[in-house]
Amino acid sequence: MSLPKLHIENVSKSFDLGREGSLLAIQDVSLAVHPNEFVSLLGPSGCGKSTLLMMTAGLEEITAGRILVDGLEVKGPGLDRGVVFQSYTLFPWLTVAENVRFALKKSKLSTAEQEERVRHHLELVGLSDFASAYPNQLSGGMRQRVAIARALVYRPQILLMDEPFGALDAQTRMLMQELLLEVWQKNRTTVLFVTHDVDEAILLSDRIYVMTARPGRIKAELRVGLPRPRKWLETEGSLQFAQLRHETLRLLHEEVRQGG
Amino acid sequence: MRQPGEKINRRLPPLLELRRPIPPLWYWGVGLGFIGFFLLAWILVTALGLVPRIFLPSPTAVINELIRQIQSGILWQDASTSLYRIFIGWLISTLVAVPIGILMGNFHFFEGLFEPFIDLVRYMPAVAFVPLTILWLGVGDTQKYAILFIGTFFQEVLLIMDNVKTVPRELIQISSTFGLNKWEILRDVILRAAMPGIWDTFRITLGWAWTYLVVAELVAASVGLGYRIMRAQRFLETETIILGILIIGFMGLITDYIFKISYKKLFRWALQSR
Ligand SMILES: Nc1ncnc2c1ncn2[C@@H]1O[C@H](COP(=O)(O)OP(=O)(O)OP(=O)(O)O)[C@@H](O)[C@H]1O
Ligand SMILES: [Mg+2]
Repeated sequence: MSLPKLHIENVSKSFDLGREGSLLAIQDVSLAVHPNEFVSLLGPSGCGKSTLLMMTAGLEEITAGRILVDGLEVKGPGLDRGVVFQSYTLFPWLTVAENVRFALKKSKLSTAEQEERVRHHLELVGLSDFASAYPNQLSGGMRQRVAIARALVYRPQILLMDEPFGALDAQTRMLMQELLLEVWQKNRTTVLFVTHDVDEAILLSDRIYVMTARPGRIKAELRVGLPRPRKWLETEGSLQFAQLRHETLRLLHEEVRQGG
Repeated sequence: MRQPGEKINRRLPPLLELRRPIPPLWYWGVGLGFIGFFLLAWILVTALGLVPRIFLPSPTAVINELIRQIQSGILWQDASTSLYRIFIGWLISTLVAVPIGILMGNFHFFEGLFEPFIDLVRYMPAVAFVPLTILWLGVGDTQKYAILFIGTFFQEVLLIMDNVKTVPRELIQISSTFGLNKWEILRDVILRAAMPGIWDTFRITLGWAWTYLVVAELVAASVGLGYRIMRAQRFLETETIILGILIIGFMGLITDYIFKISYKKLFRWALQSR
């Protein structure tokens, strides 16, 4: 087996709540994501998915254990990891193209090369026509497409996504999921994707880690063997999808019932 | 032919729905009408002689005073002097408040350092500092700037701190994933994002500076809108007092509008977002 792209080793996280003591959010989580793999973290609300992703991004301190990217310990944010949040994080004073370009501030590419990169990535997410629009002129789905283009434009090794489609309506979300698959197929990056939507996890992932209710631990690891490329209409109708869905829901249900 | 819809148009438009805009004609109409109401009451009360003119002079008396002041050049002199004092006093306050407010909004160290002191001082009345500032700074314009500074700075710095703090955490976090260090994030993200709010703070604090004008020109002045009012009080020239108040009000309104209009020009991206 090849060296994992991302290795989370016995990671725990507790939040200091001051006088009220501390809150154990994540307990001894270990997982690995291999190069070009699409892996989802699935779990009930409050189980620590976001926290784990933020630690991987280097935006949250790790209480115990360590996180390795290509064998190197994560000490803070870095250009080897791109992040997409659930909330809209575009810079409202910049146009779509300028937003994407912003992520290249630290790149050593020439201006012409940067322009070309931006153009290419806007095309990738289907927003070439909106290059000079401002975020407040875009729909929620379009904003997240810009955020994805911006996270990919500097070619990070790993894409970390925290419920990027959580705020979107059902139809837009399905379109976005298919678009993300297309983009991933073309770019072939490694993805760690946080969600609490079972269908979304199955459609997108090679593997799914199901987490327990708080404190979050790894409850199960599921392999999604569905053939690619996947499209909602074809994939969702298959027996394999139904079986996986049932199995995943059962696992998740135990936790939700406990947590609730 | 008469359509059913036509009749509806004649009825009153919905004016009291929660957060629902009303027709502009109504919006401006009621506002001007409200002012007109006071004007009318003023005219009536004075025309009917209900109040001695030493307490409330008639609008014509105030207009005559206005004409007198324009012709003698007093108004121009007073207004330009006061405007200059206010602008300088406010500018000094702003030049200090902006960097300190930004530091306080971003670094807990500076918030801890300055906030207790500012909280202590900001409820002290600026009027009470008049004797002290004269003692320390003399009777020149520096003393006027000091009063305007005391009146605006301590509130302004806290507002700017808040403007900076409202920049979403996610915007800062995402910027650090692009490899920017904290100074670059401060300059390219936090300040850019906070700019519309800070601009609005400028507008509000300049408004406060106007309200402190009379206090600043309370003593040791020989020209200025505030001085004119204080002097008129001594001679019971009520029309001069009312004229002075109205002019301060109008000039404040104009500076306010300048900031409002420039906001719309400068920060188009911040409008109707969210
Ligand atoms: N800064 C913080 N301080 C204290 N507690 C926190 C903090 N951030 C998160 N927590 C707690 O840690 C737990 C995990 O939070 P996290 O946001 O990672 O959950 P999640 O799995 O992403 O949930 P959701 O699906 O609702 O987004 C929660 O109980 C939350 O209240
Ligand atoms: Mg979350």
